Amino acid sequence: MPEQFKLILKHVDAPGYTPDIACYMRHGGYEALKLALATAPRDLPDGKKLTPKEVVREDVKASGLRGRGGAGFSAGLKWSFVDRRSGKPIYLICNADESEPGTFKDRQIIHKDPHQLIEGMIISCWANDVKLAYIYIRGEMPKGARLLEQALAEAREKGFLGKNILGSGSDLEIYVHRGAGAYICGEETGLIESLEGKRAYPRIKPPYFPAVLGLYMCPTIVNNVETLCHVKHIVTMGAANYAKLGTPNNTGTRIVSLSGDVQRPGYYEIEVGKVTIGELINDPNFGGGLRSGRSLKAVIPGGSSSKVLKAGEVFKLNRKGADGQMTKVDVPLLDLPYDFDSLQQAGTMSGSSAIIVLDDSRSMVDTLANLSEFYAHESCGQCTPCREGALWLSKGLHRLSHGEGRKEDAAYLSHIAQNIQGRTICAFGEAASWPVLSFVKKFRDEFEAQGAADEEARAKGTGPAHGTRTAASPNKH
Amino acid sequence: MSFAVPATLEARLDELTTHYPQKRSASLMFLHALQEHFGHISDEAVEWTARKLGLTPINVHELVTFYPMFRQQPLGKTHVKVCRTLSCALAGSAEVRAHFCEKLGLDAHAHAPQTTADGKFTVEFVECLAACGSAPVVLVNEDLHEKVTAAKADDILRTGK
Ligand SMILES: Cc1cc2nc3c(=O)[nH]c(=O)nc-3n(C[C@H](O)[C@H](O)[C@H](O)COP(=O)(O)O)c2cc1C
Ligand code: SF4
Ligand code: FES
Repeated sequence: MPEQFKLILKHVDAPGYTPDIACYMRHGGYEALKLALATAPRDLPDGKKLTPKEVVREDVKASGLRGRGGAGFSAGLKWSFVDRRSGKPIYLICNADESEPGTFKDRQIIHKDPHQLIEGMIISCWANDVKLAYIYIRGEMPKGARLLEQALAEAREKGFLGKNILGSGSDLEIYVHRGAGAYICGEETGLIESLEGKRAYPRIKPPYFPAVLGLYMCPTIVNNVETLCHVKHIVTMGAANYAKLGTPNNTGTRIVSLSGDVQRPGYYEIEVGKVTIGELINDPNFGGGLRSGRSLKAVIPGGSSSKVLKAGEVFKLNRKGADGQMTKVDVPLLDLPYDFDSLQQAGTMSGSSAIIVLDDSRSMVDTLANLSEFYAHESCGQCTPCREGALWLSKGLHRLSHGEGRKEDAAYLSHIAQNIQGRTICAFGEAASWPVLSFVKKFRDEFEAQGAADEEARAKGTGPAHGTRTAASPNKH
Repeated sequence: MSFAVPATLEARLDELTTHYPQKRSASLMFLHALQEHFGHISDEAVEWTARKLGLTPINVHELVTFYPMFRQQPLGKTHVKVCRTLSCALAGSAEVRAHFCEKLGLDAHAHAPQTTADGKFTVEFVECLAACGSAPVVLVNEDLHEKVTAAKADDILRTGK
C-alpha cells in the first residue's frame, strides 16, 4: 500500500509539537546548522579544493533537489548562477507567498514548524555568502508572519542569527516582509519589486534574472519555503542518501496539496514519483476516493495554472527498459507517477504540487469560468495581451456559464488564450492561458454544446438554457 | 479628523526601516501597520508614510491602489473574507457568502466589498487563501475558519469573530 513519507512534515501535527524553539531543539533542531558550519573542505580528484561553503552548495546540486515553488528548477544549479564576481551583496528571499490556487503546504510549515524553515534558510544563506535575507509572506497570513518573527527572535537569542553565528565568522539577519493580497507577488521578479516597496510588476528576463540583477539590482536567490526546508535534510542525510529518496531526476519528498472532490482532502508528503495520481486520489492513505456514486471527470494536477488532465487519458511516457534503452510506454492517467518529469511528459506540470479533483457532477465550463475570474482579477496589468486577454477570457466564460453563450465560444476562447501565451513579460500569461487551452481542447464537446444550447434557447425565446449563477460557481444548478 | 501616529507605533516603524538597505522597501509594512491602527489608509497616512520614507505621496498611493488588502475607506469592525476560488467554490463558498449577505441584509449578487449600515460587518469575496484542503474557508479579521457551514457562519455573525 502506498504510504506517506514524512521528512518535512515529520513533526507537523504530531501531538504536543509546538512551534517554539525549545520544542524544535528537543527534536534535534539546529543540529543540521552545526553540522553544516563544521563541514570540512573537500579535495576533488582533479586536485581542486572546495571550501566548506562550496561543499554544501555542491551537495545541494548533487542531491538533485528541484524547486518546490512551481518551475521545478534544480536548486543547486540556481545557486551556481549567482553572480559572485560583481562584488555586490548577495540576497536570499524565501518565497512564502503561497498563492497558487489549490496550494496549502507552505502554510503548514510556517504555522507549525517555522524553525525548520529558518534553519534551512540559515544554512542556505551561509553556504551562499548571504548576510541579509527576507521571508516574503503573503499578507493574508498575519498570524504566520508573527510566528515567524517570534521564531526569528528566538533564533537570534540563541546565536543562530546575528553577528558571528555560532563562532563561524559569518553574519546573517533575516526579516519578515508581508505582501498585501496580490497573487503576482509569488512570481519571483514581481516579489522583488514588491520587496523594494513598489507595485509588484514583474521584470523582463533577460536581463533581470534574480541571480544577477535581483533585489536592489544585486544577485538574489529566490526559493520556495519547502525547497529551503529540504536543504536542512540534505545536510543531515548527506546528498547521496537524500538522492535515494524519490526517483531518479525527481529526488526527495514533496508535499502534495489535495483538494476538490475527494473524501480526504489534505496535505500529504510523498517520495517524489513513488505514488501515482490514482493512488493520491483513491487510496485510503491519501484522498480516499471520490464521493459515493461519483466518477472521475478531470484532474488539475499542479495548481490552477497547470493544464487539466481528463479521466481516461493515456499518455506516452519515456521509460528505461531492462536493456537500458529508452522506450515509449502507454501510461493511463491514474497510473501517472506524481513527479516533475512524468507530468511534463503528460503535457502538463506538477507546478506547486496542488491537485484539484473534479468529479462527474461538475461543469467544465463553470469550473473554467471560476479559474478565469481569478486570472482576470490577478493580472498585474503591465502587458496588454495579459491584462486585456485575461479579462476577455473571463467575460466570455461568464457569458457562457450564464446562459448567454454562442457555439463559436470554444474557438473564441482558445484564440484569445493563444494570443496571450508567449507574448508577455512573465509566466502569468501562460498561467492564465493554459487552463483555457486545455479545458477547451479536452472538453470541447461540453463547451460547444453549452453554447449551442444557449443559441437555441435564444432563438426559441425560452431564455437561458441553464440556470443563472451568481459569481462563477462550478456547482450545477 | 486629526491624524496622529502614536509615538510607540512611530518607534516601531522607525525600527522597521532598519531592516532594509533602502527605506522605500518598508512601504508595505508601514501601510499594514497604519491600516491596523487606523482601520484604513487615509490621504494623511499616505503623506505621512511618504514623508517618513523620503518618497512622494504618489509612490505610496500607487501601492494602496495596487494591493487588494489596502483600503481607503473604513470598513466594518468584523471583516469577513470568503474565498471565491475553485476548491472553495466546489465546496459551496458562493452559498456561504450568500448566507452571510442574506443574514446581514446585503446584496448577495454584488461582488465588491459591502459593509452593513451599522458598520459592524464587511463581507467580501477574496481569492484563494491557501487553505483549500479544508474548503470552504473564510478569513474573519485575522482568524481563518475552515469547512464553514451555515451554522458556523451564524456563529461568526453572533460573536463577530
Ligand atoms: C504567476 C506566478 C506565481 C507564482 N507564485 C508562487 C508562489 O506563490 N510561491 C512560490 O514559491 N513560487 C511561486 N512562483 C514561482 C516563483 O517565480 C519562483 O520560481 C520560485 O519561488 C522559485 O523557488 P523554487 O526554485 O524553490 O521553486 C510563481 C510563479 C509565477 C509565474
Ligand atoms: S504577464 Fe500579466 S501578470 Fe505578468 S507582467 Fe504581464 S500583465 Fe503582469
Ligand atoms: S480555493 Fe479557497 S483557500 Fe484555496
